[in-house]
Order: sequence, then structure tokens, then C-alpha cells
Amino acid sequence: MTNLFSTTTDKVELIKEKAKMSRLETIRLISYAKSGHYGSSFSSSEIFSTLYYHVLNYDPKNPQWKSRDRFVMGKGHSAVGVYPILADVGFFPKKELDTYTQLGSAFGDHPDMNKIKGIDFSSGSIGHGLSVGVGMSLGARVDEEKYRSFILMGDGELQEGQVWEAAMSAASFKLGNLVAIVDNNKVTVDGVTEELMNVNPIKDKWESFGWNVVDVDGHDVEALIEVFENLPPVESDVPTMILCDTVAGKGVSFMEHGFEWHVANLGEDDIKKAIAEIEGGN
Amino acid sequence: MTTHTFHEDTWELFKSLEMSKQLTAGATLAKLGNDHPEIVALCADLGKPTRLYDFGKEFPERFFNFGLAEKNMVTAAAGLATTGKIPFVATYASFLGVLAAENIKTAVAYPNLNVRLIGTHTGIAMGFYGSSHHATEDIAITRSMANMTVISPADGVAMAEMVEESVKTYQGPIYFRVSRGREEPVYQKDEERVQNVIGKANILTDGTDITIIACGIEVGEALKAADQLSAEGISARVIDMHTIKPMDTEAVITAAKETGAILTVEEHNIQGGLGSAVAEVLMESDAQCKFKRHGFYDEYSLIGKPYHLYKHYKLDGEGIASVAKELIK
Repeated sequence: MTNLFSTTTDKVELIKEKAKMSRLETIRLISYAKSGHYGSSFSSSEIFSTLYYHVLNYDPKNPQWKSRDRFVMGKGHSAVGVYPILADVGFFPKKELDTYTQLGSAFGDHPDMNKIKGIDFSSGSIGHGLSVGVGMSLGARVDEEKYRSFILMGDGELQEGQVWEAAMSAASFKLGNLVAIVDNNKVTVDGVTEELMNVNPIKDKWESFGWNVVDVDGHDVEALIEVFENLPPVESDVPTMILCDTVAGKGVSFMEHGFEWHVANLGEDDIKKAIAEIEGGN
Repeated sequence: MTTHTFHEDTWELFKSLEMSKQLTAGATLAKLGNDHPEIVALCADLGKPTRLYDFGKEFPERFFNFGLAEKNMVTAAAGLATTGKIPFVATYASFLGVLAAENIKTAVAYPNLNVRLIGTHTGIAMGFYGSSHHATEDIAITRSMANMTVISPADGVAMAEMVEESVKTYQGPIYFRVSRGREEPVYQKDEERVQNVIGKANILTDGTDITIIACGIEVGEALKAADQLSAEGISARVIDMHTIKPMDTEAVITAAKETGAILTVEEHNIQGGLGSAVAEVLMESDAQCKFKRHGFYDEYSLIGKPYHLYKHYKLDGEGIASVAKELIK
């Protein structure tokens, strides 16, 4: 995408600021809905901002641009953290976000590709995302296009059997243009992933399925940039999975690591506390 | 129509030398492939029995075999559709319209994508393979999905015509429900005209005493029933309701008013299938008529060779004629 930055430091700082913006807007939007996915959006905030302010090729004036990179949220319930970024980069006016979850709004808890510019697929059914990415990557190959498809999944999502069908097929089809990102925040709705239904060892499993796996701290913007900048070439014949070590509810101390905040509603006092912590955070 | 005699000792519905010749989607797509680079085809280790491989042979770079992973295949087809492709997905109906139903609903129907799903070997066409391989629920499942068109062609000519229409002009997701491809032909190919148009029922024989509304393999059997009824002095209208959704409601209501009795025939549970769809149309109309749904009466099929099963369940011409006579006696 267009280089928005004069120096690397500027870029890292801007991406951090945009991650904060995503978290603050998530709190504002969920306050309209009175229920929403704080924890699993906050664990993805730096991933979202790194993708949209540095990695993805897209054109907000031409959302259906054929050669754009694709981004699909298998964990569609994190969409509330992406909507503000899509508005910020120019896909639609920020004011439209004010309708979030209200009757007839384009913006619901899960994203709708036919209603929201910049959304590449209507996700929500956990486990579909990587299969969609397989299809998008096959389409790119048929069309001899050079774009990549980036698919964000949660660690809980890896409990879905379809993910492994998709993982197998991506390796068999040699889809070097497919990048899976796992937001490994280690919690699901009912509890801690490892205790509830263990998906570990994630890295070993994906490597044994024929994927190139890269570990990274999912909240370290500089590290994320380095990983994305050093992806194997689109023409390579091995798909890549970026395993992001993250913290559910990252940025708000009383939410961090807690599965109770996967879906929740903050009261007025807690909203103030959360905003203060996010604004003061680094 | 033709009047071949079935061979009782085989489990084929048609002459074995012409196996699966009515499964025409692959061959049709192969013919269209050069002019339509947007066509891609996906199968799940059943490319040959579904005859989708006829396209794959010609266009291997646009043919993807997903192995035994139907949910992944259907959802990947949705991803392909977002890149401007028209994906044709084929496998046995039990593993498509039933097994992958949630993927079809969420990833295909809800985003309203141009995916064409072809469930083959539907109904009890798999005979003694048993209920795991039968699909007597897929019409009910797919027609309840918003945006979805549901088509059950009578034969290979009908299939080819509507597949071609689906490539050239039709928008939105389609579920094609087809049999083993060994059924007797109903239509003779005519280069001069298209005989099957999506959404438009075909009145194959006119009649005044009763109307038999059928879909898929049962259209040919309904024609045989009409012949038998005619010999007994009963004038039966036969309607090929190949498009179950959206239904040609005018054909249904007119038939009810003009013939006074409607019998629906389908290789499907009578709960939720063609008969239910016709009943919905009739109950919301001002027409009054005798009415019966014929098919599977909320039961799973016995084991048997298809020929014997269709006869046992009165889904052959003779059986349909007997049910028709009972309705109007």
C-alpha cells in the first residue's frame, strides 16, 4: 500500500495509535449494543492495525479492486475492532459507525460483505474462514494474480474440524499465496482453551500439515511488521501460518486473560476505567 | 418419451452401457469452458461418478478435487465466487445438501454468491447402499434457505439446458438435485429451442381429470402413469416442476382449477419437499382441489435394488397411476 510514513519509528507509532483507536472505538460501539466481544477484539488490535496500515494492498475508493489483498476474519466476532479501521482508512464515513447494531444497520456483531465496503467475506460461523481463503487463493492462481489472502482465526477456532480440512487442502494445493494468522489468546466462551479442549501444540500440528509456521508476539508491532515483511514469496508452494501469542482483553487490566470478557457489557464506571487504561497504555 | 424396459437383475435404471449419461453438467461445462473462463469445478473424490470430471479433463487447471472434505469444498467454492468465478460443486446429494447444509446456508446462500451446487445420486438412487447414501431431505433443507434456487431436472437434456442458463444469465446460488443419470430421457435434444427455463414449469401432457406435478426422475415415471391412466379413460395432466424454488405458481393454480385434483410425486420425504411447496401455493390461493403428496412417507428406505425400490414405494409409473386413481375415485 501507499507508504504513509517517513520513518520506521513514525510507522510503528502510528500503528500503535491505531490499535488504541480500534480498542477505544470498540468500547464506544459496544456501548450502543450493550453486548459485544471485547476480549477477542482487543487480542487482535495490533494485528488489525498492522495489516491495514502497513501490510494489505487495498483501495478504499475501489473496494472491489480485483488485485487487492483479501482479509477474512474466521473469528468474525472481532469485526467490531475492524469497522473503525475501515472507516479511518476511508472505506466509508466514520459517522456510519454510529448505527452499530441498530435496526437495519450495516454493522452487526459479525461482518456482512454485501453491506460493508472493505469486508471481503461475511463471516461468523467459526471454522469457515480458512476454507474461504483456500477458494480465494485458488481464484488468484487461476487468474494469475499476485495478491495474498490473509485469514485470521482464533485458537478456539482450531477446534473446528473444517479448519483441518482447509489446512490439508491449502498444503495439497500448494497455496503460497495463503496466509493464516492465529490470534492465540488462549480462551474461548466457556473457559481456557487448553483446559476446555486442548488445541496444543499448535505449531507442531500445522507444521505436520505442511505449513510454514512463524511465531510472533501478537502485540509487538515491530515484530509483526518484520514477520509480514518477510513472508515467503506469493509464488512459493507452502502456505504460511503466523502464530500470534496474544492476551485476551489486552490493554484493559481487569479484562486481560479473562474468558469472562469474551462477550460482555461494561458499565459506566468500567468504561471510564477501560478508556483511561487504553489511553494511558503503550 | 421412450419406453425402455428395465432389467430387473441389474440395479441400473437404464441400459448399463449408457451409465450415467444423463449427468450432463460436466460435459456442458466442458463445452462452455473456453468462452467462460469464470467456470471452475470442485469435487470431493467423486469427480468421476458425478461426471464433473468431464470438465476436469478439458480444464485441469480449473478443476479442484478436495478429497473427502465437503464442508471445506463448499466454503472454498464461496471464496472462489468472491473472485468472480462461477464454481460448480458436485458430490452425492447426501454429502452436499445434507452434510454441508450449514456451509451452504452461511457461506453461499447468505452472501448470495454465484455457486452452483450439484447434488447427484439423490433420493434412493443409490439403492442397496442404504440410507447413508440416500437423500430424501435435500429439497426441504435447501429451499428453506433465502436466496437459494432449487432445481431438479427431469433428465440430462434438462440439466444441460439449465446449467448453461446458470452460466450465461442466472444470478445467485443454485442447488441442482439430480439422480444417478441412468434414468430414461424425457426430453429429446433440440438445437432449435430451449425446453427448460429456470423458474418455468413444463406442461408435458394436457389433461382434465387430474394433474401430476413431479420433479427429477419422477417426471418420466409420471408420464408413464399418464399413459396408463389414459388407457383407463382418465385424462392426466403432467407438469415437470423442475424448478421447485422459485415455483411457477401460475402453473400450479391453473392446474388446480382446471383439473380439480393435484398429485405431487417426488423422490423425497413428503415433509418439506416438492409436495409441501405445492401445498403452500395452493393453500394461499383461491383454488380448491383434491390434493395428495406422494413420495417417502416420513420413513427411511428399505434396502434393495433401485428398480425394486421404486416399484415397492409406488414411485414407478404403475405405482403413481394407482395413487392417482385412489385420489380421484
